Amino acid sequence: MKYPATASQTVGPYFRIGLSYLDSSALCTEAAPGRHITLSGQIFDANGAPVPDAQLELWQADDQGRFAGYDPAESGVVSEGFAGFARVAVDERGAFKFHTVYPGSVATLDGTAQAPHIVVMLSMRGILKHLYTRIYFAEDPRNTEDLVLSSVPAERRKTLFAQLIPESAHEYLWNIRLQGADETVFFQY
Amino acid sequence: MLDLRKPFLPVTPGTQPEYLHPPYVSSLIRAPQQPLIVVPQTLSELSGPVFGHGAIATFDNDLTRQHAGDPLGERIIVHGRVLDEDDRPVPGALVEVWQANSAGRYRHKIDQHAAPLDPNFSGAGRFLTDDQGYYRFTSIKPGAYPWGNHPNAWRPAHIHFSLFGAGLLTRLVTQMYFPGDPLLPFDPIYNCINDDQAKQRMISKFDLDATIPDTALAFRYDIILRGRDATPMEDHK
Repeated sequence: MKYPATASQTVGPYFRIGLSYLDSSALCTEAAPGRHITLSGQIFDANGAPVPDAQLELWQADDQGRFAGYDPAESGVVSEGFAGFARVAVDERGAFKFHTVYPGSVATLDGTAQAPHIVVMLSMRGILKHLYTRIYFAEDPRNTEDLVLSSVPAERRKTLFAQLIPESAHEYLWNIRLQGADETVFFQY
Repeated sequence: MLDLRKPFLPVTPGTQPEYLHPPYVSSLIRAPQQPLIVVPQTLSELSGPVFGHGAIATFDNDLTRQHAGDPLGERIIVHGRVLDEDDRPVPGALVEVWQANSAGRYRHKIDQHAAPLDPNFSGAGRFLTDDQGYYRFTSIKPGAYPWGNHPNAWRPAHIHFSLFGAGLLTRLVTQMYFPGDPLLPFDPIYNCINDDQAKQRMISKFDLDATIPDTALAFRYDIILRGRDATPMEDHK
């Protein structure tokens, strides 16, 4: 190693002027194959107050478990209409909403299957570097075998589960709590 | 071709901030309190979005030419290379920048600092690094501005940088500072780490050779993204 990576600094309160041009509310078009779903939620600080100046960057595999960009297994071939990335800002209530397809399963590097998930990079004023977390789907039977979930203390796993909204077949709810009893699990790689 | 199964190197201790940094007061209610959970890197993090020239428009690399007239302030060239921790260039990296105008005011609805907006300056740009990891853009030297962190708090002049590299784990948002800025010793954000060399690397260098005579000053700013391990993950077992 010559030099270690440049230090991270907060996005600050005004990041929207530089980053909003890439905003999107969907990780794919309506044409993408797979089960189309909507996820929504809110971000809360230590006092339970909504965080109005945050953004989520989302990254996931397509319905067959393939990533856009490049992927050594699939040479970057993904479903038509599937991007797999979106930058989503929260509104003044700290609320966000996006559209995607239910992700396929992706293997770990030693070949073990992971449960379907969406990777979240969370940036906001007040934190000096972005946070990594994952959204899993509460009802998916593959969750019990997932390597990452099994690293999380059982009582905290629920913070990573998006819950299907009652009476809906395709709308999920997933909130982020930065501190407190139900503090969301964040990861270090 | 780069082997994508190679994990990213561990973070060098002391060179990155903690989430909770009490002198930065808003971290008190927003930094997680539970320890982060260390998990293996998988293809979900080793991969990442790739951006092409479709994301870039004319004048996105010249913040002085985005309006009908010239913005006020000192015109500057900012240039440098995006490298990994082994000094290899990172080509095709999307770099996004944003900043205050020369009076220290952001074009943002919540910025109420009593300094004037400049109708000829938006303060945002973006560009891709070339095959050698090189980037260059033209702007105006941003002004310092007060903020509410503590009594008489002022941010040193800075330009925000956001970068996507080869995978999600190289994602970096940082701030570029200017050499000799007297506000740096008092800024809790710049001083969020103790490693002096790591702090110095956030400060650009005045670059006389890159100035444009009679037109623009120049500052050099190289950015290092987290690198990949030289050994494939299988060998770590």
